[in-house]
Amino acid sequence: MAKKTMIKAITDALDLELAHDDKLLVFGEDVGKNGGVFRATEGLQEKHGEDRVFDTPLAESGIGGLSIGLALQGWHPVPEIQFFGFVFEVMDSIGGQMSRFRYRMDGSRHLPITIRSAFGGGAKTPEMHSDSFEGLITQFPGIRVVVPSNPYDAKGLLISSLRSEDPVLFLEHMRLYRSFREEVPDESYTVPLDKAAVAREGNDVTIVTYGAMVRESLKAADELAKNNISAEVIDLRTIAPLDVETILTSVKKTGRVVVVQEAQRQAGVGAQVAAEIAEKGILYLDAPISRVAAPDTPYPFAEAEPDWLPNSNDIVEAVKKVREF
Amino acid sequence: MKTLAASKLGKDDLIATYRLIKLGRRLDERLWQLNRIGKVAFHISGQGSEVAQAAMIKAFNTKRDYFLPYYRDMTAAMGWGVTAEQIMAGSLGKAADPSSHGRQMPNHYGSVAHRIVSFGSTVTTQYLLATGVAYAALLDHKDYVTLVTTGEGSTAQGDFHEALNIASIKKLPVVFAIENNGYAISTPNREEFAVKQLAERGKAYNMPAEAVDGHDFTATYQAFAKAVSRAEKGKGPTLIEVMVDRLTGHSSDDNQNVYRSKEEMAALKENDNVPLFEKQLSEEKILTPAEIANIDAEIKEMVNQATQAAEKLPAPAAETLLDHVYA
Ligand SMILES: Cc1ncc(C[n+]2csc(CCOP(=O)(O)OP(=O)(O)O)c2C)c(N)n1
Ligand SMILES: [Mg+2]
Repeated sequence: MAKKTMIKAITDALDLELAHDDKLLVFGEDVGKNGGVFRATEGLQEKHGEDRVFDTPLAESGIGGLSIGLALQGWHPVPEIQFFGFVFEVMDSIGGQMSRFRYRMDGSRHLPITIRSAFGGGAKTPEMHSDSFEGLITQFPGIRVVVPSNPYDAKGLLISSLRSEDPVLFLEHMRLYRSFREEVPDESYTVPLDKAAVAREGNDVTIVTYGAMVRESLKAADELAKNNISAEVIDLRTIAPLDVETILTSVKKTGRVVVVQEAQRQAGVGAQVAAEIAEKGILYLDAPISRVAAPDTPYPFAEAEPDWLPNSNDIVEAVKKVREF
Repeated sequence: MKTLAASKLGKDDLIATYRLIKLGRRLDERLWQLNRIGKVAFHISGQGSEVAQAAMIKAFNTKRDYFLPYYRDMTAAMGWGVTAEQIMAGSLGKAADPSSHGRQMPNHYGSVAHRIVSFGSTVTTQYLLATGVAYAALLDHKDYVTLVTTGEGSTAQGDFHEALNIASIKKLPVVFAIENNGYAISTPNREEFAVKQLAERGKAYNMPAEAVDGHDFTATYQAFAKAVSRAEKGKGPTLIEVMVDRLTGHSSDDNQNVYRSKEEMAALKENDNVPLFEKQLSEEKILTPAEIANIDAEIKEMVNQATQAAEKLPAPAAETLLDHVYA
């Protein structure tokens, strides 16, 4: 086993599945010769050929429609949306078509499409290149939304997504691409979809989060441990549909919960998690549910980014408050 | 190539144009340097289209008209009135940036005072916005013309086609420009469209269209002058495809060696629009080589001053973080 970055783990997953599944097609803007603007598809065109890995014109709605048509004919499209900020150009394909196809056709047709896209803040690339719009897509039952927080999960979750019969939106946080390495097996393996992970066990408080905020939450848990507060960190991994059971099991144990997301506070995944806990687990709670999120503004200017993005200090503060309640 | 004299612009106009072109080049070079030493987070370059941009805007009444540029249009934005210091303030993310007070990415040129609407990052959206700006001129009985630009790869977006369609139906006073530099990041033209020239797209919308060589100042200027005159006379929109080069990587985050050969880059350098324009200036005896060198020295000093002044400007205040979400 070798230590790999998350982006390398993603490339490996695509490489293995291109070899494993001859119906898999990888395409998008600049994914071919250039290997993607983040290098996620580096070397794949050379290895698997221009029929399997190819550049599309600069047109996201075109990429979405092409994917649906190919999937109807038995192919497994893996389109890339270069930056998730440009998802609006492909919104009808995702929300109006892809996500509801199986249901609309009463189960007679299905669309095994995995959309990959880079998202998230902290890389000093202002608005439209840093936003966290994942909550929008969780409004569409029928498409899964998967957000890995580390290299090991990224590879296993991506392989599971590529083998899924349903559409998946696979969101790759840009700040996690190269910020750390982890042991990642060279061979193929899967990590289950729709299943949250307990990233760290604890007894006093539950932190529910996903994506880049998992690292911040683990950092906060280390900090809290110094004050003898034992925090359990739940990494959702799949944010739609939610693994409510894992969340409730933890909340039942700890009685206190902080929900953390990088995205703005209004609506969003954190609100959904909080609502599920309020509805199904309110009697386990010893304190009100707390949320840590970005303020309700569009993604801000570079100077303000450190203030705007939630971080481990904010999480520590929120945990202390629910403890002191 | 047509002579500069054939443009019928006076000597002073041509010298002012040269200063603009050279400023575009020198400021761009400085921004790359600042990026490499970590002072500018991101840069996207207009090197290879300075002459075309200067020729394009020369055809407009920049005190009257509206401009919706895209991210390569630094030279054009300065020709429309934005100063080098203001551009630098934008690239350094300073509060004095006239485009967005440092809120947008660098190179999203804009200025309320100059009637320049800044680009929203999502490619080709500006083409649709321009139809609204142009339609308002008709509704309000105003005489301004609207200029909007984009890259050639971006014409693959539906927005491009939607904009041309409505502009043609409503005979809007708008000029659509495409700066065709052969690549959309790494994707070459043959992967973006199947026509020889994008100007052919005009036919589909019953819109006059032409392709011009952006290295040819006079031809480019004349094409835009004709389009402005059509718009002024109520004859509707025009599409102009300007053939330019991209002499640098797509942006400071791109490594073009992955998809472009050394030979290709060397050939482009041979055909660099700025020295070609300088050659025309001296061959037509508009400026002597010594005068050209003097102007360059002055421009370099201007860039130094703009850099120093902009570096001293304050960043946007963190307290303004929550301002302007709603009225
Ligand atoms: C809708 C959308 N998709 C993707 C991008 C990322 N992107 C920025 S510039 C660019 C290439 C544009 O190429 P072209 O239109 O030829 O203009 P050029 O940069 O060559 O001047 C891409 C893909 C974007 N900004 N907007
Ligand atoms: Mg281009």
